[in-house]
Amino acid sequence: MKKNNHEFNILICGTGGQGLITLLQIIADAALSEGYEVRTSELHGLSQRGGSVEVHIRFGKKIYSPLIAKGKADLVLSLEMQESLRAVNFASQKTSFLINKQVIPIPSEKPLTEKEVSTNLKKITKKVEIIPAAEICEKNLGTNVVSGIYLLSLSAFKKILPLKPDSILNSIRKIIPEKYLELNQKTFELAREHK
Amino acid sequence: MEPVLSNQTGPEGKPSASYGVNKKIILLGNEAIVRGALESGVQFVSTYPGTPASEIGNTFFRIAKDAGVYFEFSTNEKVALEAGVGASFSGLKTLVAMKNFGLNVCLDALLPFVYTGTNGPTVIIVADDPSCHSSAQSEENSRPIAYLAHIPVLEPSDPQECKDFAKLGFQISDKFKIPVIIRTTTRVAHQRMPVVLGEWKKNLPFEDRFIKNPKRWITLPPRVLEMKKELFEKIEKIKEFSEKSAINQVSSSKFKVLRIGIITSGVSYLYTKEALKEFKLDLPVLKLGFFYPLPEKKIKNFIKGLKKVLIVEELEGFLEAEILRLAKESNCKLEIIGKKILSAVGELKPEQVTFAIAKLANTKYQIQNTKYQIQIPKRFPQLCPGCPYWLVISAVKKAVDEKEVIFGGEIGCYMLFGNAAIKMQDYLSCMGSSVGIAHGIKKATKQKLITFVGDSSFFHAGIPPLINTVFNKSNPLIIILNNQTTAMTGHQPHPGAPASGEGIKIEEIVKACGVKNLKVIDPINQEEFIQTIKEFIEKDEVSVIIARRICALLAKKQNEKK
Repeated sequence: MKKNNHEFNILICGTGGQGLITLLQIIADAALSEGYEVRTSELHGLSQRGGSVEVHIRFGKKIYSPLIAKGKADLVLSLEMQESLRAVNFASQKTSFLINKQVIPIPSEKPLTEKEVSTNLKKITKKVEIIPAAEICEKNLGTNVVSGIYLLSLSAFKKILPLKPDSILNSIRKIIPEKYLELNQKTFELAREHK
Repeated sequence: MEPVLSNQTGPEGKPSASYGVNKKIILLGNEAIVRGALESGVQFVSTYPGTPASEIGNTFFRIAKDAGVYFEFSTNEKVALEAGVGASFSGLKTLVAMKNFGLNVCLDALLPFVYTGTNGPTVIIVADDPSCHSSAQSEENSRPIAYLAHIPVLEPSDPQECKDFAKLGFQISDKFKIPVIIRTTTRVAHQRMPVVLGEWKKNLPFEDRFIKNPKRWITLPPRVLEMKKELFEKIEKIKEFSEKSAINQVSSSKFKVLRIGIITSGVSYLYTKEALKEFKLDLPVLKLGFFYPLPEKKIKNFIKGLKKVLIVEELEGFLEAEILRLAKESNCKLEIIGKKILSAVGELKPEQVTFAIAKLANTKYQIQNTKYQIQIPKRFPQLCPGCPYWLVISAVKKAVDEKEVIFGGEIGCYMLFGNAAIKMQDYLSCMGSSVGIAHGIKKATKQKLITFVGDSSFFHAGIPPLINTVFNKSNPLIIILNNQTTAMTGHQPHPGAPASGEGIKIEEIVKACGVKNLKVIDPINQEEFIQTIKEFIEKDEVSVIIARRICALLAKKQNEKK
């Protein structure tokens, strides 16, 4: 937690259907369990359907706005590599980016390379990490649907996200349906190994 | 377990209203409204799905049985409200939920309902969508409906208030025998925060009866004019209530020396508080929970000693206009700042509010990081892979010369027919309108026309315009996209595809309307589809193709369940 203003702002970006709202619910629940005030904002309906999506999570001692103001994100989790560039409005030199290397092409556009994304983001902040989360999950767990859980868990282990990994795990257990829980717990443990 | 059902039962599984009270759980604004209704003992709930109000219906759909509440997805918002009116007349505690455009659809039923007033307390939820995140057609600000209908309107800022205001709405309705609107916006309805649970009032069994009383339930002249007078008297009393209500509150009175203040409501209040926190400023803020009737004395009192007041409100400046009027009576030198610096188009962003407050307080503030604008192409929403509509699009493209045909659009997933990759949409307005407008175009010109209407939209508002094409003789080709669900808003059932049992057959309705050229085709049969389009588009009378194939997402969901 930043010492001066006691708040932490996370922006998660990606495309519709990548499970952003589940991640939001896990972080919000974990933050509440650690005694913080929490507010979040998300979008439903037409705004999903494969379009760009961003959700906001803010927690801390006293939180009013559910939206992060421009330049005020502490952490950006991007579930798709190109989408991280849309978060620049919310970033400053203090912002950490944790990015899934996965690319979902924008119809009739040439996909951006890792270098293009990273060069652009590094104009704003040095703290940019692009991680092949989808590939790692696919290789170790046989599916990449848990890339988001992997990135989130990693951010807690790396202490970029100021919540205890245990709180994240407890909230995963609360939020994820039983059917998928084992897979998600394995993902969490995988992130522990890679921290 | 559904979070909104928390503390329905105690640790031993016995119903215990007090178990878990004051416990905090994270709720979405819409879930908090459901919870508030449950804590009020709601008995009857009706809705038509529409984002950002959809989760109210979705949640009730899942929990109604466990909660002992009657719930229905009605065919449209007017019907939903009318069902609610009937339930209220018969004494039931009633909730009706819709998105902003639904309010337009049900307006005809709403005005007389405010005249007659309620028997069972009734709350109507209306969700606006500033910035049109999940809306086409217009960026509607529903607030002035209050002036037209003389109906109390409350505006919560967050999920906690969603729950509290829902309860207060029922109390006001109970006390004054009038329906109450709770107006949310996307950033309230789709906001999450920990909400303090209250006691769950066990709802009563349906023992009420409709008691005949022509004086109360019949809005015919000359009685209707008396009713209007009575309504105005009621509003005066509610104004007194609003004056005393804690939801219209001044949050700080320090810094009076600066003689500047802020008046705000809804989610804008949260941005205001955030900005004041950032500047460590403790300016007086009047937060209005009532949009109508306004606590005029309280406002006059607040602005009396001020030099400048900032009105922080989203979309059109209706509060600003009211405050301008009140200032003329109490402080004509007051400088009122609002829409001069805060746009009436698009939702407010926290930094815009911070900027406005900095201006008000002569503090320096620069919106951070506007230097690095990286342009990357917009990623538009898409029809899903495997969507049956792709088959319809493909058949139409093969059957006709697209340049020669006018394409009518509608509200639903097929709004996306306007996308650059498809380009099959030449006009788009409201639910049901694609058929109504098609008729007008066909009367005006001999150009060929194909119009699309979804199955849920057809039941919602597509049938009267279809009858009109037969009655007044025009010949559009109407393709009813029968994917057997209300897909865009999250797969709610509709009359053609109920949750269980057989639905109403669209082809039988179409036939009964007098349409002679009619075929039901699974668009996977491309050749038949193409030939039928070619044949029907040349007809002198209206033609209908029902493209019947289940939504790909719904089919996947159903398979997963099996």
